[in-house]
Amino acid sequence: MKRFIGFIKKEFYHIFRDKRSLFILFGMPIAQIMLFGFAITNEINNVNIAILDHSKDATTQEIIHKIESSKYFTITASILNETEIETAFKKGHVKAVLIFEKDFSKNLGKENNATVQVIADATDPNTANTISNYVTAILQKYQQKINVAVKTPYQILPKTRMAFNPELKSVFMFVPGVMTIILMLVSAMMTSISITREKELGTMEILLVSPLKPFQVIIGKVVPYIFLSIINAIIIVLLGILVFNMPVQGSYFLLAAESVLFIITSLSLGILISTVSASQQTAMMISLMALMLPTILLSGFIFPISSMPLPLQIISNIVPAKWFIIILKGIMLKGVGLQFIWKSTLILVGMTLFFIGLSVKKYKIRLE
Amino acid sequence: MSISVNNISKSFKGKTALKNISFEVKKGELFGLIGPDGAGKTTLFRILTTLLIPNHGEATVVDFDIIKDYKSIRNNVGYMPGRFSLYQDLTVKENLEFFATIFGTTIEKNYDLIKDIYVQIEPFKDRRAGKLSGGMKQKLALCCALIHKPKVLFLDEPTTGVDPVSRKEFWEMLKRLQNKGITMLVSTPYMDEAAICDRIALIQDGEMLEIDTPKKIVKHYSKTIYNVKANNMYQLIKSLKSYQHNYSVYPFGEFVHYTDTRTDFSPIDLQHYLTSKNLKNISIEITQATIEDTFMELAK
Repeated sequence: MKRFIGFIKKEFYHIFRDKRSLFILFGMPIAQIMLFGFAITNEINNVNIAILDHSKDATTQEIIHKIESSKYFTITASILNETEIETAFKKGHVKAVLIFEKDFSKNLGKENNATVQVIADATDPNTANTISNYVTAILQKYQQKINVAVKTPYQILPKTRMAFNPELKSVFMFVPGVMTIILMLVSAMMTSISITREKELGTMEILLVSPLKPFQVIIGKVVPYIFLSIINAIIIVLLGILVFNMPVQGSYFLLAAESVLFIITSLSLGILISTVSASQQTAMMISLMALMLPTILLSGFIFPISSMPLPLQIISNIVPAKWFIIILKGIMLKGVGLQFIWKSTLILVGMTLFFIGLSVKKYKIRLE
Repeated sequence: MSISVNNISKSFKGKTALKNISFEVKKGELFGLIGPDGAGKTTLFRILTTLLIPNHGEATVVDFDIIKDYKSIRNNVGYMPGRFSLYQDLTVKENLEFFATIFGTTIEKNYDLIKDIYVQIEPFKDRRAGKLSGGMKQKLALCCALIHKPKVLFLDEPTTGVDPVSRKEFWEMLKRLQNKGITMLVSTPYMDEAAICDRIALIQDGEMLEIDTPKKIVKHYSKTIYNVKANNMYQLIKSLKSYQHNYSVYPFGEFVHYTDTRTDFSPIDLQHYLTSKNLKNISIEITQATIEDTFMELAK
C-alpha cells in the first residue's frame, strides 16, 4: 500500500509540474463551455432587417411596430424601391427585407387578402429559416388579432409546447455535450499519454523490473486523473448552472455517480489505448481519431442520431458518449431517476468491464 | 553462482540477436560484457532482468529461473538501463525517494550503501533530474538502482556519453560496491574500462568470443604487436595496409598497431619499406597486446 501511495504521489508531481498541460486541463473546459454557450447558438437576437413599404398605411405601420417591438428584430433601414434591396444585402447590413404590397390595408379590407414578401439572406440557411419563421409567427399573431370578430368556420390551431426546454436554449444541449467531450478527453487521452510516456522515456523498463505489480502501476496512473476529471465535471456543471441557468432537475447524487461511472469508462479506454500504442504520439492520435470524433459526431451531441443513416445509427451504439449524453439529459433536463436510465447505465458498466478485461489481457509484464 | 546462463538464443523477427550464449558470474564478481554497439548486450541484459523471454536456453539469477520466478528476480536485482531512465521532472531527492518507496524501503535504511555516491550529488538534491549533467545523471541512476540493496546489479553501458573523468570515478565506485558483496554485470563498448573487471566476456554479433580475466585474455593474443609511428598517419596506414606481409593494421591513438605474418620479422625491413614510401620520423617498437587487440583478433 505504501508503494502504491508513493506511486500516486509521483503521478501528482508529474501533473502539477507540467504547467502547460495543467492549463489545458482546466482552461479547456471553461473555454469550451463559454464558446459553445455564447458563440455557437441557433437562437436569433436583434437581427437587422429593412422594410420596403409600398403602402404606408395604418395596418402596415401597426405590423412594423409589432415587429420592431419584438426583441428578435431591429429595423435599421427603410428602402424606397426594389433595386435597393440587393445593395442592402450585398453590403451585409441587413439579414432580411420585408416588402408590403401597394394598398395593403385596402386589399385586406376589400379582398380579405394582402401579401407581405419576406426576403431573407440565405448565405446562412439556418438563420434565414429562423428569421422567416419568426416573421411568419408575428404576422400570424396579428392576423389572429384582427380576426377575432370574424368567425372562421374551420380552423386548426396547433398549440405547441416545448417540453423540458421551453425557450429552446441551445446551451441546454451543449452543456451535457461539452461535459462528455471534456471528461472523455481528460480521462482517456491524458491517461493513455501518461502511460505511454513511461514507455517512451524507458522508465517503464525500470518499473517492470521492480516489485510493483502491473495493476498497481495502472491504478496508480488512473487515480490522479479520476480526481482531476471529477473537478472538471464540477466546474462544467457549476458554469452551466450559474452562467447559463442550466437546470438540474434530477438528483445531484445520481448525476455525480453517473459522471464517475463515465469517467471510469473513459479511463479504461485510455488504458486500453496505452496498451496498444508504443509512443505518446500514437496514443494521442488514437485518442483523437478514435474517441474525439465519434464523441462529437456520433453521440447525438450536435447531430441527432435519429436522422443519421442506418449504418451510422448502429455504430453510434458503441460510442460510450451517446449513452452518457442520454443519461445527462435525462437527469439534468427531465429530472428522471435511475429507473429511466438504468439501461444506459448498464451499457456503460458493461463497456467499462469489457475495456478493463481487454486491457488486463493486453497488458505486458515484459517488453514484448 | 549469482548468474548462470545456459545456451541462450534470441531472435527478433528472424534476425538473430543472441546465439547460444553461456556463461556464469560468481557471487560478488564484477563481470564485464565487452562488445561494440549492436553486439546483443542490451538484449542479454533484458533477458536476465526478465524483460524478454529467450527463444532457447535457460538462465538463473540469484538461483531464480528467469521465466518461472520472474517476480522473485524483480525483487532482488537492480537494473540501470542504457538510456537515462529516471523521471526528468522529478528532483534528485524525489527520484531516489520514489524508487526507495516502490521497493518497500527508505533512503535512511540503505544510506550506507549509496553514501559514497550520494554525497557527490547531494548538493543538487533539489534540482530536477533532467537538468543534471551526464555524469551526475549516471550517479543518480546508480543510486536509484542500489537503493533497495540488490543482490545483483545490472548496468547496461553506464559510462556511455560520460566524460573520461566521470567514467573513471564511476568505475571506482563500482569497485567499492563490489567490496560490499554486490554481484555486478556491466556492459561497455570501451575496451579500456574492461581491465577493471574481474572477468570479461567479449561479445560480437550475438556470440561470445572469449571469457576470461582481463590479464589472461590478452595472453590469448599470440602475435607480437608493434607500435608504429610516422609523420603522416593517413599515409602510414595506407602504406602498412599495402605492405605484403601485413597481418593486421589498426590505428590506436597516436600509433598504429601492426602485426606481421612472418615469424622472423625484423623491424628494419619495415623501416626501409616505409622510408621508400616517403614517410619520415618513423619509429617501430614492440608493445603489449591490449584487450582491444585481442578483440579485433577474435572478431576477425
